[in-house]
Amino acid sequence: AAYRTDEGQPWVLPVVKKVEQKIANDASLNHEYLPILGLPEFRANASRIALGEDSRAIKENRVGGVQCLGGTGALRIGAEFLRRWYNGNNNTTTPVYISSPSWENHNSVFVNAGFKDIRAYRYWDAAKRGLDLEGLLEDMESAPEFSIFILHACAHNPTGTDPTLEQWKQIAAVMKRRFLFPFFDSAYQGFASGCLDRDAWAVRYFVSEGFELFCAQSFSKNFGLYNERVGNLSVVGKDTDNVQRVLSQMEKIVRTIWSNPPSQGARIVATTLTCPQLFAEWKDNVKTMADRVLLMRSELRARLQALGTPGTWNHITEQIGMFSFTGLNPKQVEYMIKEKHIYLMASGRINMCGLTTKNLDYVASSIHEAVTKFQ
Amino acid sequence: HIGLTEKLACYSWWSHVEMGPPDPILGVTEAFKRDTNAKKMNLGVGAYRDDNGKPFVLNSVRKAEAQIAAKKMDKEYLPIAGLAEFNKASAELALGDTNEVIKSGRYVTVQTISGTGSLRVGASFLQRFFKYSRDVYLPKPSWGNHTPIFRDAGMQLHAYRYYDPKTCGFDFAGALDDISKIPEQSVILFHACAHNPTGVDPRPEQWKELAAVVKKRNLFAFFDMAYQGFASGDINRDSWAVRHFIEQGINVVLSQSYAKNMGLYGERVGAFSVICKDVDEAKRVESQLKILIRPMYSNPPVNGARIASAILTSPDLSSCSSWVTKSQHAWHHLVEIQTGMRSFPSLSF
Repeated sequence: AAYRTDEGQPWVLPVVKKVEQKIANDASLNHEYLPILGLPEFRANASRIALGEDSRAIKENRVGGVQCLGGTGALRIGAEFLRRWYNGNNNTTTPVYISSPSWENHNSVFVNAGFKDIRAYRYWDAAKRGLDLEGLLEDMESAPEFSIFILHACAHNPTGTDPTLEQWKQIAAVMKRRFLFPFFDSAYQGFASGCLDRDAWAVRYFVSEGFELFCAQSFSKNFGLYNERVGNLSVVGKDTDNVQRVLSQMEKIVRTIWSNPPSQGARIVATTLTCPQLFAEWKDNVKTMADRVLLMRSELRARLQALGTPGTWNHITEQIGMFSFTGLNPKQVEYMIKEKHIYLMASGRINMCGLTTKNLDYVASSIHEAVTKFQ
Repeated sequence: HIGLTEKLACYSWWSHVEMGPPDPILGVTEAFKRDTNAKKMNLGVGAYRDDNGKPFVLNSVRKAEAQIAAKKMDKEYLPIAGLAEFNKASAELALGDTNEVIKSGRYVTVQTISGTGSLRVGASFLQRFFKYSRDVYLPKPSWGNHTPIFRDAGMQLHAYRYYDPKTCGFDFAGALDDISKIPEQSVILFHACAHNPTGVDPRPEQWKELAAVVKKRNLFAFFDMAYQGFASGDINRDSWAVRHFIEQGINVVLSQSYAKNMGLYGERVGAFSVICKDVDEAKRVESQLKILIRPMYSNPPVNGARIASAILTSPDLSSCSSWVTKSQHAWHHLVEIQTGMRSFPSLSF
C-alpha cells in the first residue's frame, strides 16, 4: 500500500528531497541518540498537525507525543501502555474492539501487547456497500464499559468508507455515555481529502468533546517516508500532570522495545513542519497525491458507467483514501488475477494508487468482464 | 446521574499512573543536560566522544552517506526482515565470510532496531519458541536494560558471577562454578566483547572452558555483541568467542549493534541472528521472526542500514582496519588494562 505516480512509480516528495539535502548539508548534525520519546520538535509538531493550530488541548498543555516507528509502532506503544495502565493495572481482559473489516495487523498488535479479548464491531455493510452505522452503534451500546475502540481517523482501511460528520457525532455521544476509550489510527491525514484539517475532523471533534484519547499517527503515506518509520503517538489527557505521568511510563515501555527512535525521518518531518515555506510546499505535495487518487476514482467510475457494467459504481467516488472496496466477489477477483493479471486483495480491495491514465481502460474493461462473466 | 457524568468528566483514566523514575542510564544524560555548571562532563551514556568531548561522525559514514544520496533511492517499505544486503553483510562481519555457517546458509539474520531491538526480538522469540525454559542468566553485573527487556518479553532473570570487585577483573572461577550449576537448557547471555559495564572480558582460554561447560550442560547461548571492532580494534578478535562457540557445535543466537562501532547511534542499526541446524530450519525461524516483528513496528528504518551496508560491502570503505581504527584512534590509551569504552573503577556504590 504505497502511493504511485501516473507513471506507476514510487514518489519521493519534492519537499522531502529538498529537506534531505538541507539535512545532509548541515554539518552541525550528527547521529547521536534521540531522547527515548523522540525528537522534541517532531513530537510537538506532529501532535499539532493532528489536533490543529488552535487546539485548546495543546494550549492547555495536556497533549503529549511519543515518536514511534511508523503507525505500527505508535499503535503498539499505545496498546502496551493501555494493557499496563488502563482500566486497572495490567488488565489484559479489557475488551478491544476492531472494525470489521480492518487493517489485518491491528489484531496482531493488540494480541501481542497482551490483550486477551479482541472483538469486532460492525462496520462494513456489504449489501449496501457502505457504513453499517446501525450495527456499529449497537455494538458500542452493548460493549462493556471502558472497552477500547480502534477508530480509523479517516480513509478507513480497507473499505475507504468513513462516517459522515453527523455520524461521528453520534459515535462520540455513545462512546461518552458508555465510557469507551477512543484509540484513533490516523495513517492518511491529508492523503484522504487533500486537506489536513478536514481529515483530522473526527479526532479534533472527540478532543473538543472532552475525551481522553490516543491517536497513532503515521507519516508513511502523507510524507512518503515509508521506510524511515516515522510515527507519533499523541496522548490527550485531562491535564498536564496526568499526561506527564503517562509519558514517563511510555518511556519505560519504549526503552525495552527500541530504546529510542530513528532520527532521519523525524528530522525531515520536523524541519518541514517548522518552516512556513516548506510546510506550504508539503501541503501542496500532499494535495498532488490526493488529487491524483481522486482523479483515478472519478475516471474509473466514469468508465464503468459508460461500459454499462452491471451494478452501481458510485461507491468508487464516495469512498476515500488509498483503497476501494470494489465489491468484487472471490470469483470475480480470481478472474481479475488469473485471466487479466490484475492483482488485488481477495476482499475486492484495490489500491487506487495503482491506477494510471495508461491502465484505466484496461482495468475498467477487466472489471466489466469479471462482473458480467461471474455473478 | 447527571452529577456522576460531571464527576466523571473531571476524572482521568490516568489518575493512578505513577510517575516513572528517570532511566538509570539515559537519565544521567538528561540530568547532565540540565546542569548549568561550566565544568560539567558526561561520563554516563555509552556514546563515543573525541578528544574535544564532541560526538564523532566516522569518515566512512560521511562517505557512505554521500554515495547513498547520489543514488537517489526511493523510500519504499523495506521487507519485514529488513535490508537483505545489510543482513548478509552483518552476519559475515560477525562470523567471517568463510565461515561454514555462512557458506551453508544455515542461519537467519534480520535487521533490528539497534541492539535493544535485537535483544527484544530475540527475547520474544525465545519466549514463544524456546519451550525448555523461561530462565535467562545474565552476568553480574550486566547492562541495566537487559533485565527489563527480557522481563517485558516474558522471561525470568537470574545471574551468574562475573565481576570480581576484589581484583576489578573477571571472576573466572565464580563464573564457571555458577554456570556449571545452571539448570540444563536454560538460556545464558554472554557479552561477546567489551563487557558492559565492567570492561572486563574473558581471555580466549577462558572462553574455551566456558564453551565447554555450556555445551556440557546443554545451555542455550545468547550473545550480545555491541562493540565488535571497538574493543580491541580487530573485528575478528572481538568476535572470537562467538565464532568459537559455533565451532564447538553450539548454535547460538546473536544480537549485533552498529550504534558504537559505526557511530550510528540514532539511526538504530542492529541485527539479530539465529544459527540453525540447516537451511530449512533457518527459513522456518525467519518466518516466525517476521511474525514477531510485524506487530512491533512492521519493518525497520532504512537510513542507517543503507549506511552500514555500504560500509560493509564497499571495498574502499570496509577494509577492516579502516573504519574501525578510525573510530578508535583517539582513545587507544584506554585499552591497556580494560577493553572497550568503559572503565570500572573500584569505587564503592
